[in-house]
Amino acid sequence: MMSLFRRRPRPEPTDPFRPVTPRIPRAPLPAAPTTPRENPEKARLRAERRLKFTAACFVLGFATVAIKMGAIAASEAREPATGSLIGAGIVNARADITDREGRVLATNVTATALYAQPHKMLDPAAAAEGLSRIFPDMDAQVWERRFNSGSKFFWLKGNISPEQQQAVHDLGEPGLLFGSREMRLYPNGPLAAHVLGGARYGEQDVRAAEIVGVAGVEKTFDDYLSDPVQEGAPLRLSIDLSVQAATERVLEGGMKLMGAKGAAAILMDARTGEVVALASLPDFDPNSRPRPATEGDPGDSPLFNRAVQGVYELGSTFKIFTAAQSLELGLTNSGTLIDTRGPLRQGRFTIRDFHNYGPQMTVTDVIRQSSNIGTARMALDIGGKRQKAFLESMGFFEPTPLEMVEAGSVRPIVPTRWPDITTMTVSYGHGLSASPMHLAVGYASLLNGGTRVTPTLVAQTQPPAPGARIVSPRVSAEARHMLRRVVTDGTASMGEVPGYQVGGKTGTADKPKYTGGYWDDKVIATFAAVFPAQDPKYVLVVSLDEPEIRAAGEDRRTAGWTAVPVASEIVRRVAPLMGLRPDFDPGRDEFGAYLTQTAQR
Amino acid sequence: MRGFIYTLSTVIVVLLGVWAYHEGYETRATEKAVARLESQIGQRHQELSMLRAEWAYLNRPDRLAALVEMNFERLGLVPLASDHFAMTDQVGFPLPVVVVEVADHVFEEEDFSDVIIMNHRYGATTPPRVIAPPTLADDGEQLP
Repeated sequence: MMSLFRRRPRPEPTDPFRPVTPRIPRAPLPAAPTTPRENPEKARLRAERRLKFTAACFVLGFATVAIKMGAIAASEAREPATGSLIGAGIVNARADITDREGRVLATNVTATALYAQPHKMLDPAAAAEGLSRIFPDMDAQVWERRFNSGSKFFWLKGNISPEQQQAVHDLGEPGLLFGSREMRLYPNGPLAAHVLGGARYGEQDVRAAEIVGVAGVEKTFDDYLSDPVQEGAPLRLSIDLSVQAATERVLEGGMKLMGAKGAAAILMDARTGEVVALASLPDFDPNSRPRPATEGDPGDSPLFNRAVQGVYELGSTFKIFTAAQSLELGLTNSGTLIDTRGPLRQGRFTIRDFHNYGPQMTVTDVIRQSSNIGTARMALDIGGKRQKAFLESMGFFEPTPLEMVEAGSVRPIVPTRWPDITTMTVSYGHGLSASPMHLAVGYASLLNGGTRVTPTLVAQTQPPAPGARIVSPRVSAEARHMLRRVVTDGTASMGEVPGYQVGGKTGTADKPKYTGGYWDDKVIATFAAVFPAQDPKYVLVVSLDEPEIRAAGEDRRTAGWTAVPVASEIVRRVAPLMGLRPDFDPGRDEFGAYLTQTAQR
Repeated sequence: MRGFIYTLSTVIVVLLGVWAYHEGYETRATEKAVARLESQIGQRHQELSMLRAEWAYLNRPDRLAALVEMNFERLGLVPLASDHFAMTDQVGFPLPVVVVEVADHVFEEEDFSDVIIMNHRYGATTPPRVIAPPTLADDGEQLP
């Protein structure tokens, strides 16, 4: 067996050209140059050096392999990136925005951009001519000149429709190219436009384009929405799409009916501060956000958010704050008689009432009939310092922390000095300008049992901890009862909605002129309401800008004739949508029911 | 002996080479498949997000409100109001299923809700049912 593998002897080569021994002796070969013998110690050192070098090479090589192996073992397993848009598009570049029920408010769709590389063009003139036929806004001469200007790249259109793409494709011009990208889409059009804001393209490339928010929550949550760590988890807002739609629909109808030039509505959860609906009219379509107006009053632009950015004197809606503070301090109770003889003179100012309400009224009646004189007298008892501190505790001196970029820059206009006359005017909502959002926060904080709420546009997974205490639960219940009386037999008698005990306060404030002073025939009519009054769930603020309606033979501008009917229609429509069970029990309006509801919590 | 070891190691090297070659090709094939799957997943995701956007667009409140108005005669939908709430005992629940016993058969009342009732089954004297045709756009879609 082993013989199989044994090496065979090599056969002798038989060379036919074996050299013949020469006959003539050859010259002796030149002696090889002898080198002097090296120092053996030196040779040993050199060999050692070489061995060491080789060993080092091996060690280095293996160390590299070991480090690489360690790195692979330690790193997280990841799919190799494919690099194309489609592969990278597994997670959308920008997260969706949904309402509280998960209905889409903003999402992304793929779009096509058109760009040109003139140096690849066969016939720039024909290309420009063809483009002008497809896109009527492109001028053939201008683009022909640009294509021949020597530039190598032009963006032509940000996103084009598939039909336009096919038409451009049919031009057969190799210098016209398409880039793919994502486009922000607001499927509901102008619905909740002011909340969402809008988006535009930031850095753009032919393969992809970055989307950045320009206003509203799109801008506030820009980092969150474009953060890959979220893995495309949508941003869930506290807005309810159907409630928002109903609110905007009713508000728009009301605005037209009342001949108002603008309107705003805020519906807020009284306990959590979540904004369920926020509308401002006129509005716009965030899919094609208009440019900011360069002329005229920026307050009349559709981009202007009246609910958050508009700072107005909110009028008599402030009276309940004065009354509640007076009750809280123990200066009065709801039955205390207040002197309402007028006109009330303070220095060179005179305070009048809408009607003469007689020599004295109870605190409840002062609120119910909206007496400026009665409120001013209560405020004088409270004093400017305490009044200022109370309003400050409800956030009337600082921007609201609502998650919209617009909200952060809106500072209420407050008096710098606080003499007695300021105390008196502020007590019925003049001399201090705040946004409807401030008012909604104030009402929610005062009426939800008396704890401060923080307004938010993000749906809360769990109810937030109650904020700082503003008034005691009992005063909160008494304030709600007074507001309820305003609706049952006061200035807001049109606000009654069967089944949902609406309580609220009207406010009609003359609009200030730019030149100083006030307009006689231009008002801001506001209605701030809470429902159901005995168990407050939601706060609604409706504000109309310059409403005027001819009713019962007179031109009416007061909130009771304008803002209140609109607000009551909103409550009628949205309360069932939010799953509020109507309660037709007349015993609900007993004052005891208010106190027991408060005690239950 | 030495020859045997040489041959054996040669064979092993060849076999290892073949194995490594296979593994290499398999890896590359798997990588390609993964890339293909990834791009497919990406495409499906894009289609899905497009469909979601379309769904949201078709269900936008404006359009639904317009459709409700257009189809008011057939559907009679009105906004939800407070008088639509009722107590549980006011709800007319369906009656229990009638079981008829005939001889040794037990017939359960059959569910005809999926069946389209054709008028001609009941004779020519039956008045034809009027089905109001919805207003259609040129491409057959009901607008808006």
